Amino acid sequence: MNTCKVFVPYGALGTGISDEAFANGVAMKPDIISVDGGSTDSGPYYLGNGKCKYARSALKTDTRRMIVAAHELHIPITIGSCGTCGVDEGVDFMEEICREILEEEGYSAKIVKVYTEQSVETMKEKLHAGKIKPLGTRVEVTDEVLDSCSHIVAAAGVEPFIRALQEGADIVLCGRATDTAVLACMPIIRGCSEAAAWHGAKVCECGALCSTNPQNGGVMLTVDETGFEVEATASNSTCTPYTISAHLLYENADPFFLVEPGVVVNTSEAVYTQLEGGRVRVENSKIARSEVYTMKLEGSGPAGYQTITLVGIRDRIIMKDPLGWLGRLESFAQNKLDRLGFDRSRYSFTLRPYGYNAVYGGKAPDGYVPNEIGVLLTVTADEQVLATQIAKVMNPLLLHFEVEPNRPTPSFAFPFSPAEVEKGKIFEFKLYHVVEMDDPFELIRMKTVQVNGKECDA
Amino acid sequence: MATIGETAYYVRSKNAGPFWVTVDIFCGDKEVFEKISASKSVSKEKVAEVYGVRSEEVKIFYIPNLNVIKISYPRLVPQGQKYERDMHAGQQYVQISELEM
Repeated sequence: MNTCKVFVPYGALGTGISDEAFANGVAMKPDIISVDGGSTDSGPYYLGNGKCKYARSALKTDTRRMIVAAHELHIPITIGSCGTCGVDEGVDFMEEICREILEEEGYSAKIVKVYTEQSVETMKEKLHAGKIKPLGTRVEVTDEVLDSCSHIVAAAGVEPFIRALQEGADIVLCGRATDTAVLACMPIIRGCSEAAAWHGAKVCECGALCSTNPQNGGVMLTVDETGFEVEATASNSTCTPYTISAHLLYENADPFFLVEPGVVVNTSEAVYTQLEGGRVRVENSKIARSEVYTMKLEGSGPAGYQTITLVGIRDRIIMKDPLGWLGRLESFAQNKLDRLGFDRSRYSFTLRPYGYNAVYGGKAPDGYVPNEIGVLLTVTADEQVLATQIAKVMNPLLLHFEVEPNRPTPSFAFPFSPAEVEKGKIFEFKLYHVVEMDDPFELIRMKTVQVNGKECDA
Repeated sequence: MATIGETAYYVRSKNAGPFWVTVDIFCGDKEVFEKISASKSVSKEKVAEVYGVRSEEVKIFYIPNLNVIKISYPRLVPQGQKYERDMHAGQQYVQISELEM
């Protein structure tokens, strides 16, 4: 029977694992080490400016362990969504890290890079051909929306990983990819059940999050021709049918149908069985081919510049009605800004009382009187200088605005000098759609590099 | 009367992509799962009212083998919009938690 063992040491590259849990995973003799390197979960900033969320040193430590273990076992590694957001620069950034490691360790390796960043022009052609569809969003795509994106990526499925591995890649570095494709590719190559490969990959994409000790260790995914098994690699962690099946709930709007490039995985009739040694076996996952091959698109672009100010308030009168006081302060500030000639179309601001209702936004419970609140002023403007000027106009109000009319001037509690903090350029998600295509490789570019050997273009 | 949060074992919320939020009610056992399911306190209409979305956009999944009720709804504005209140939507479960049974 065909089987394939996928070692997933980290939920995300850069988050680490204990030495013991990593060594245990290696001792299980995996056929591949696979890990996801990114997500949109930390917001639009990373895709917007193309930067990585994790520290370079943490990425290098995690990658080195994978490369050293893979070299010893003569197996490949796959890393998806390089550089957090999966832009082309993120793939090259990971290549640079891999090259440093290979040189330091004295290894040769064939690296296959898979680029999935998209040009605005290509996306406009797809849009005009009616090939871009919304993915449960309210956001319409137009040429203007595409023009406003600083980066657009398409999430790859298993096809480029499979091609790269079949061409003999030691290391596959992919731009944006679905978390599952990174893990599902090798079991599919080895002739295992595709449904089990995808379903197992979904369970293991966040590493030990599907085990009883999510903070430690990795997981081993073993796929065969009828199902898959999962076990935790840390000695103080196990998997149960509950932890395995409950992971499908996590960050997932629909726990039963997983839409992936080219396939839809149905987990609703899957059967989970506890095996000895803290392993869980899953059978009866189902899969169907999609009528049209689609890739998920993500796009992010600039949305202005922000400057913030935080001020602490404990005044007993204000505490009885923070929103009433903030409302008066806001009107006063707006009048002052208008009188000073600031153009309202170029900026906006919010004043939010942390400790009252800043997170919720709705009504606080009846009779609730906080002990103290932090008022966060956030100014967004089309230039950084303007955002800061607005915040500076508001500074004396945040320090001294009257508690009630005709009362002595109060002073409130700034934690910083200067009170204004420039946040820089901010970004917004502009796209969250799918793009249809006939060929899974249409929007993908692949490049092969031989490290410590002859450079060649594939 | 008890709230969902007081009755269930654990309630959590999180982004499901930049445009959706998902809330998981872990009931703990079959009895509580059936009690919360039967109470009708979690309905598409109620969820729509709580989060200000349209009821036809709300998805509710009853998962008896996990004793979990899962609610998914679209964000009114995408994650990370300039005046975001909850980047990871990690605190959005509280409104559901405080619903009376």
